[in-house]
Amino acid sequence: MTAPTQNLIAQQAFTAPPAPRRKTFWSQLGASMAMFSNAKSATGLVILAIFTLVAILAPLIAPYDPTAQHLDQTLQPPSFQHLLGTTHIGEDVFSQMVYGTRGVLVVGFLATIMATVVAIVVGVTAGYLRGWKSESPSALCNVFLVIPGLPLVIIIASQSAAPPLWVIAAVLGLTGWAWGARVLRAQTMSLRNRDFIQAARANGEPLHRIILVEMLPNLMAIIASSFVGTMTAAVLGLTTLAFIGVIPVSNLNWGTILFWAQQNNAFPDYWWWYVPAGLCIALVGVALALINFGIDEYVNPRLRSAGERARAMRKKGLDLNAAVTSVRTQPASTRTDEAGAQPGENHAKEPVR
Amino acid sequence: MSAEQTSAEAVDRASAEQHAAAGTTDPTLVGTTATKAEHGGIRVPWRFIGSRVAFYAFTAWAAITINFFLPRLMKGDAVDAYMARSQGQLTPDAEKALRILFGLDKSIPLWQQYLTYWGNLLHGDLGVSISTGMAPVGQAIAAALPWTLGLVGVATVISFIIGTVLGAVIGWRRGGRLDSLVPITTFLGTVPYFWLGLIFIAVFATVLGWFPAGHAYEVGVEPGWNGEFISQVVSHAVLPVITIVLVSLGGWVLGMRNMMLTVLDEDYVTVAQAKGMPDNRVLWRYAARNAVLPQIQSFALALGFIVGGTIVMEMVFSYPGIGLLLLSATNAKDFALMQGIFLVLVLAVLIANILADIAYAILDPRTRQTEA
Repeated sequence: MTAPTQNLIAQQAFTAPPAPRRKTFWSQLGASMAMFSNAKSATGLVILAIFTLVAILAPLIAPYDPTAQHLDQTLQPPSFQHLLGTTHIGEDVFSQMVYGTRGVLVVGFLATIMATVVAIVVGVTAGYLRGWKSESPSALCNVFLVIPGLPLVIIIASQSAAPPLWVIAAVLGLTGWAWGARVLRAQTMSLRNRDFIQAARANGEPLHRIILVEMLPNLMAIIASSFVGTMTAAVLGLTTLAFIGVIPVSNLNWGTILFWAQQNNAFPDYWWWYVPAGLCIALVGVALALINFGIDEYVNPRLRSAGERARAMRKKGLDLNAAVTSVRTQPASTRTDEAGAQPGENHAKEPVR
Repeated sequence: MSAEQTSAEAVDRASAEQHAAAGTTDPTLVGTTATKAEHGGIRVPWRFIGSRVAFYAFTAWAAITINFFLPRLMKGDAVDAYMARSQGQLTPDAEKALRILFGLDKSIPLWQQYLTYWGNLLHGDLGVSISTGMAPVGQAIAAALPWTLGLVGVATVISFIIGTVLGAVIGWRRGGRLDSLVPITTFLGTVPYFWLGLIFIAVFATVLGWFPAGHAYEVGVEPGWNGEFISQVVSHAVLPVITIVLVSLGGWVLGMRNMMLTVLDEDYVTVAQAKGMPDNRVLWRYAARNAVLPQIQSFALALGFIVGGTIVMEMVFSYPGIGLLLLSATNAKDFALMQGIFLVLVLAVLIANILADIAYAILDPRTRQTEA
């Protein structure tokens, strides 16, 4: 099992290091986008981009006004006239879905951006500083992690009669930043003592440059994965709130569609009313999960290479978990191709939930 | 790593004891944990316990304080809502009396209200609930809590165990056919809880009629420790439990698989295999035991999230637990009841966190040593 790795290390030693280039914030940022260049991340980003386009172009795509009632065509199954059928008062479900995308993504992105900004500020500060300045934000973050978020959101949202969108987003963000801050703090603490940060500090680089140019690019993967995790939670939280009727039903999103479907006994007969909304929520979740898989595999290459290595060994008739080392008689030249592992930072990353 | 470490320490300790008996001290052991333990008798991880106790006390205080300020930050309060609902049938005197009853009297300074609030809380007095006919909040919650603890507790533990075992096996047989389970469980994890619950009700309760659609037991069955009641409760809980397990399985499977892939590359696993240990022992006692540690940590941290999701299930299944109570309290703008429920949920999550800490300390000897 160790032979491929050794080969790889030998290969690496021969490749000359690239010519040093002056590091700027933008060049570093570009390099740190490499985590999105694998197939899984790309698929997830494409799905998310399609939903974003639908949200932006909603008035062009939707064939009807989402709240227009066609009382002569109630509870129609899908047809060419109504692609996803109609509701109990003849509203076009497809148009509702298209406009609902807007409601979900606007609140989802808004909540996630707020939560991520708070997570970066709290996490990086708590990780970079020492003593009580580090401990107190960390304690605050642990408190928010333990407190059940959704009940708190339900209680806050129900206190005002018709909370505006940004309030809902703020409340969802308030309960969602803690996980990202915790992971960022841990990573910043480990970065703080690395040689290149020490060197930057010894060179007399200002604090903002150390954080923006030296540290932030190394935190990008964690920031991205916490962004994705927070967004998953925000989308689920928003649709849940809409479904149980805590946020105003006039705010159209996929949860509202399910709310009306349940209120009007759509289950189980009128499947076109409730199946698309649930599937779309799941599809956004899958897209975000795919992005996260891609980032995970970029950060921890073992996750990707383990399966490939195992398959490669099985193809050659070797058992990965065999207790006895097999002796192979093939020429050494064919061995190099089974080296799938890329050396890189192998710190184990906890999954973001 | 823990297995080797403990055995190595046992040897250290034994040799240290030998030296102590002979009246000499091995200079190489001075200052190590072995000598420290010898002087201190039984190792009690005071620092670890102390920091955890401080954390729990702080979190409980923070949650209670948030709970105190929540209704006071809002524009209207419970009494305003109640007055609005009674549509002018209550006199201003009655309003004043209600304000005093709820501890919302505006003439009393805030710090004094805070102290009174704490005093009431320590007496177990959570106020009165408007929506359940002025009954004490504590009573309403006490009636609902066992149902939630049973349903959510059982479902979460089942999901954690199945997910972790499945993740360990998938990680062990990496590259095999089992790998295709990961995308499936992840997809199920992204489906909204309440939607899957509704679909299951539609399919298994309404169309197929295998399970009852909601509630914890049929109307007319007398609650008690008899066979009929228990079988009713079990058959009513099957569908919600399956839904919660399916939806929450993905996170545990993925987390455990990823940790297994990392742990299986460690040298001690290779050594164990090279020694010719049976696969089962290497898998469970060497790899899985170490890979499960981050799982337990994230279990403790994810609990707040899980509880939030699962109480929504109660709303879908009309299960008479905390979640359904919260929904009815929300609809009735019953703030005292909402606050009480929030407080109870926080305390329940904190207690579950303490249990996870204990499990962690049992599984990982390193936490039991002096350094926390």
